[in-house]
Amino acid sequence: MSRFVDELRAELAAACRAVGRPVQIMEVCGTHTVSIFRNGLRPLLPENLRLVSGPGCPVCVTAQRHIDAALELAARPGVLIATYGDMVRVPGRRGSLERQRAAGAQVRVVNSARSALEMARDNPRQQVVFLGVGFETTAPATAATVLAAERLELDNFSALMCHKLVVPAMAALLDAGDVPLDGFLAPGHVSVIIGAGAYRPIAERYRRPVVVAGFEPDSILRGLVALVRQIASGRAAVENAYSAVVRDEGNRVALDLLERVCVVADTPWRALGVIPRSGLELGPAYRRFDALERFDVHLGEDEDHPACRCGEVITGRVLPADCAAFGRACTPLTPIGPCMVSSEGTCAAWYKYGRGLAERGT
Amino acid sequence: MTQPRATHDHVVLAHGGGGELMGRLIREHIVPRLDNPWLAGLTDGAVVPWSGDAVVFTTDSYVVTPLEFPGGDIGRLAVAGTVNDLAVMGAEPVALSLGLILEEGLPLAVLDRVLDSVAATAREAGIAIASGDTKVIERRTAGSEAAAQMFINTAGVGRRRPGLHLDVARIEPGDAVLVTGPLAEHGLAILSVRAGLEFESTLRSDVAPLSGLLAAVFATGAVVRFVRDATRGGVAGVLADIAAGCGQSVEIDEHAVPLSPTARHAAEMLGLDPLAVANEGKCVLVVAAADVERVLAACRSHPLGRGAAVVGRVTASQPPLVELLTRAGGRRIVQRPYGEDLPRIC
Repeated sequence: MSRFVDELRAELAAACRAVGRPVQIMEVCGTHTVSIFRNGLRPLLPENLRLVSGPGCPVCVTAQRHIDAALELAARPGVLIATYGDMVRVPGRRGSLERQRAAGAQVRVVNSARSALEMARDNPRQQVVFLGVGFETTAPATAATVLAAERLELDNFSALMCHKLVVPAMAALLDAGDVPLDGFLAPGHVSVIIGAGAYRPIAERYRRPVVVAGFEPDSILRGLVALVRQIASGRAAVENAYSAVVRDEGNRVALDLLERVCVVADTPWRALGVIPRSGLELGPAYRRFDALERFDVHLGEDEDHPACRCGEVITGRVLPADCAAFGRACTPLTPIGPCMVSSEGTCAAWYKYGRGLAERGT
Repeated sequence: MTQPRATHDHVVLAHGGGGELMGRLIREHIVPRLDNPWLAGLTDGAVVPWSGDAVVFTTDSYVVTPLEFPGGDIGRLAVAGTVNDLAVMGAEPVALSLGLILEEGLPLAVLDRVLDSVAATAREAGIAIASGDTKVIERRTAGSEAAAQMFINTAGVGRRRPGLHLDVARIEPGDAVLVTGPLAEHGLAILSVRAGLEFESTLRSDVAPLSGLLAAVFATGAVVRFVRDATRGGVAGVLADIAAGCGQSVEIDEHAVPLSPTARHAAEMLGLDPLAVANEGKCVLVVAAADVERVLAACRSHPLGRGAAVVGRVTASQPPLVELLTRAGGRRIVQRPYGEDLPRIC
């Protein structure tokens, strides 16, 4: 593979030279961030190309008020929380799900919404609350599970809906306007669902190129080459560098499912505040499966830790190393913010794969 | 093997009560399976004949769920795990103790299968179960559909081989780093059957006693500096121990790391680093560069070491770190994992 990589590096360097100024590209998704680190790509990039991470790590963008609601639900007697793994360590105002589990709360890690539904079916005396976290990649599974719960007449299954939409967050960043971004590397897996065409408003309205790429190192580099070439020639188009998997129109079945079960809603994001029409809630016909309604839990306000700069990290405003807590007060053992917790988190990736090299000055 | 007259299909609290029922559990289910002269007398302790200059003594407890998984079960794990701790210390394993803690409600058929597996693995490792204990505890998961659990503690003694000097401090720049076969299979196989995380795969745990493989390696007379089985924390954890222990860096070539395509894909899907995933039948060896071919040949001639490979080397680079040369030609550091890595969201 490294021969291909060498060729792509040369192409990337040539494209960057053609731009003739520093270029800043946002990799929107945490899976890209982690792959870039895990494959050691950062040191291979040209000096005037800077990559910043975006709001694409599902755990990291989940608002504090949703974390606190999950903790409140976990404390209710008879409630079992079923969640994807990275959520259990995220600190809320009162501890984390991991600490609540140690204190006796029922918290189970699942890797699919269906597993949560099966837990509800097999434990009829327990109220199973599934934490619906993630972008358009995981939202269709939550929607399908809610439909199945209705069909099976399970009145002990509900979902805490924290699902988010990728494109509105990208637009919100550009609207804020304080982070210079020359283009976006868009995630392959979300794009499988929403389709490459979904990014067209970013290219047309905001004049920023978007390239959809897979997660292998050569795929990432190919995506970066395509982006920088567009920047060099002043173009702003959507390009699909992952066309073996991603179609322009996305996955119609999954999108129909979302349309049938969910409604687009104004949703709170960590550090970005409430972004209009940026999240998914259950539609009126399925509200009874909404955990907040069922347990009469009200979302409070967000009170982020004063030392935590995760919000600035996931919007590309600062790098993890710019945060005073990074690697000192905030480590994977003692995380202050979600970016240090999630395996997809930018700070966790910098800490896990990058800290030592930074210390060595490379 | 005896066929007990089953008056119970499941373990009940009285099985641990010290009375007739407990006696029958031990006489009918446990002792016949583990048949050996040290155990047969059911005395308060085993008298084990001894020779040699030093005893290597270790203990470990096993709490894996589910009890039976692709490629093994808690019984095989409990024997292999402790045998491996002895073997990587350079010892020839001699005897194990077996402490069983059973939750009431455990099907006796499951217990029998686990004990059969304990016996088979002990035979494979050439070790006797010389002493044991059984306790029954109340069901802690009453009312739920969760299966009743059992826990095992094994302690083991082994005879240290003369002439071996295994010590992390003896590792020098230039030494070669080997692993004895494809990585990450135990941890991924367990995840593939864990409630809530199930996924279809052909992954099987690599759980196996490594005493025979390591005996073959030591018999070559090669200069072996250090051996450790790469269990929880995976190879990443062992390499971090090596760098911290000897004050030198370790450089690993990603393309040389043996990994089955199935394990690679499963790890990718779950967002886990294969280097940080547990193995139960693989160890890391650090050997003098001049002896690397001899050690590799000895590993590969043993059924449990056929996939052995040289994955990297010790370097003098400071500060002491573990670095990975990636398949893409990049570099990154490898850190000891925090606790248990958690499967990611998407």
